[in-house]
Amino acid sequence: MTTATLPTDSATEKLAQRETLRLCTAGSVDDGKSTFVGRLLHDTKSVLADQLASVERTSADRGFDGLDLSLLVDGLRAEREQGITIDVAYRYFATDKRTFILADTPGHVQYTRNTVTGVSTSQVVVLLIDARHGVVEQTRRHLTVAALLGVRSVILAVNKIDLVDYDEAVFRGIESEFTALADGLGVTGVNVVPISALRGDNVVDRGENTPWYDGPTVLEILESVEVQRGRAHELGFRFPIQYVIREHATDYRGYAGRIDAGEIAVGDTVHLPEGRTTTVTHIDSSDGGLGSAGAGESVVLRLADDIDLIRGDLIAGEDRPEAVRSFEATVVGLTDKALKTGKALKVRYGTQLVRGRVTAVERILDIDGAADVEDPEGFGLNDIAHVRIDVASELNVEPYAARGAVGSFLLVDQSDGDTLAAGLVGHRLR
Amino acid sequence: MTLSIDTPDTTNTRELSPHLKDLENESIHILREVAGQFDKVGLLFSGGKDSVVVYELARRAFAPATVPFELLHVDTGHNFPEVLKFRDDLVERTGARLRVAKVQDWIDRGDLTERPDGTRNPLQTVPLVETINEQGYDAVLGGARRDEERARAKERVFSVRDSFGGWDPRRQRPELWSLYNGGHLPGENIRVFPISNWTEADIWEYIGARGIELPPIYFAHDREVFERDGMWLTPGEWGGPGKGEEIVTRHVRYRTVGDMSCTGAVLSDATTIDQVIEEIASSTLTERGATRADDRLSESAMEDRKKEGYF
Repeated sequence: MTTATLPTDSATEKLAQRETLRLCTAGSVDDGKSTFVGRLLHDTKSVLADQLASVERTSADRGFDGLDLSLLVDGLRAEREQGITIDVAYRYFATDKRTFILADTPGHVQYTRNTVTGVSTSQVVVLLIDARHGVVEQTRRHLTVAALLGVRSVILAVNKIDLVDYDEAVFRGIESEFTALADGLGVTGVNVVPISALRGDNVVDRGENTPWYDGPTVLEILESVEVQRGRAHELGFRFPIQYVIREHATDYRGYAGRIDAGEIAVGDTVHLPEGRTTTVTHIDSSDGGLGSAGAGESVVLRLADDIDLIRGDLIAGEDRPEAVRSFEATVVGLTDKALKTGKALKVRYGTQLVRGRVTAVERILDIDGAADVEDPEGFGLNDIAHVRIDVASELNVEPYAARGAVGSFLLVDQSDGDTLAAGLVGHRLR
Repeated sequence: MTLSIDTPDTTNTRELSPHLKDLENESIHILREVAGQFDKVGLLFSGGKDSVVVYELARRAFAPATVPFELLHVDTGHNFPEVLKFRDDLVERTGARLRVAKVQDWIDRGDLTERPDGTRNPLQTVPLVETINEQGYDAVLGGARRDEERARAKERVFSVRDSFGGWDPRRQRPELWSLYNGGHLPGENIRVFPISNWTEADIWEYIGARGIELPPIYFAHDREVFERDGMWLTPGEWGGPGKGEEIVTRHVRYRTVGDMSCTGAVLSDATTIDQVIEEIASSTLTERGATRADDRLSESAMEDRKKEGYF
């Protein structure tokens, strides 16, 4: 094997600039999602010879005409035997501009649970639909989840456009119906692209079969969509303490955490529990001491005053949120254990874990557009519900609507630790 | 490579790309969650590049204090001597606590039986699970990455295991935002994978940028090997070379470091990290496909081993 065949300097230079984009895919049964993800990996040259050889063998064994790219992403034997997808799977690919972390969520089972999971870490959501069937109930549900979590960019990939003879009228019909639906749910930043995952049209490379479409391919959108880095920086400073780092020899005491929102600089005043304030004297990081740091960075803060803070305490800017014992929230049921009003559980919010209970389930939202269920006894798997939660010790909760992931939490089973529900502070969608 | 990880918090040879910085921030956050949520934590350490990166991230996450985890090495007895030396040097240099569980001890006691093919990789599971239970670790950190293999693509960052170490893909908790749930029943433990989202290329770029030292066998060197199924294996008591297989000297390096009996070398001239990065970029094989005989046993070899408690 020879080395030094690549232009190192420019390759290294490009790598140095590369950003991450996190996205997820969602679709209903048989819309060709696995083939789409396989196509994305294949056409960005993220599939290597041994993986391809394995796909070729299996495709031939099963009498598939050509290459069944869905085999690239169907992970477990249980799934391959039954031709289904069980759970969220993560895929990685990169171009010169960006590296991509893709959460691949299955469409047919536990769709809300899996879609919420995939969308929660994503900046972009790619929804797939079958051009022959157009916008279906499942599309509406997926889009509702995107709206619930406040995703800024949604790509609708109208797949199997080859099976409607690349008919522009079919595409335009779907496009206007979907755009109207998105408008109604308050989702902006929508792109609609006609694709054939099987033939490769408009996924990575532009096909010659849709001369009437002059918009970008799916990959072009993923490479150019604005990464929402700025927003979290502009909010007030939030730093939940994860761990206290002590080193006795040098009398070092620092508070480690990841900045949830805002920015901090050495010399800034910060607001602590019980109305106390102090000043940041050092910001330590993996790159040594910093003058300032912003949202997303894992750092250690050292403070001017010797105050005894512990994991779970919040260090904040001057708009420090109020601590409360009760709050409204929107929750999504993640397990098949039904959650009845009054059940004792734990609430994991930021780095805090406190005892609590759901004191009222006000309604289960009907995301298919029919009537909500008012005053139910509880909620279950895949339900999206408006609830009130009481907690045994104070939490500095903040609304998801205004602060994004800072306003997210989990409801956890007290006995076995299972994750029962995902929560967003405040009532969403209604 | 003369670079050292003695000074973890300040020295770096190259600025990280926004992508690598993002991954590093995420991994450090995960490691601190582990320290914050669990009482007794083991860090699986083989001396392979992924475990070296996890340890380096842990050093950076807790500096200037020492890493609050104990290193745990499951020694198959067929480890590369260069890697064992690297492990021992690193322990001495950094003051890490190291616990070694030797597969040979289990074989000597009659608790494990040598396989007819001589491979000991699958034999690691029992010593691993028994050591976890005996030591009472409530969390064990591993360097598995989701891009390695398709069963691992479905693994959570915090993965619940029963007391047999078993992984049930249908029982995995959904993982949302950056909220990691370490709750578990007594007797269960959580396997944690802080570099889940890193790819092989990311690992090498990070090693290059941070100047992390690795065992020398990751770089091209002359070695006596024999060829089997397109892989270059090291001769040894575990059954090589066989009939018709000839020992030859080749210029090789290792892309993965595991049990000598089933880890193949690749022909290579790459002697620096930059050359390794280039070589990987132009390689047409995945790292496990190119170098791991045990993953070729069947289509679902990894899935089956994970269900029994393997990483």
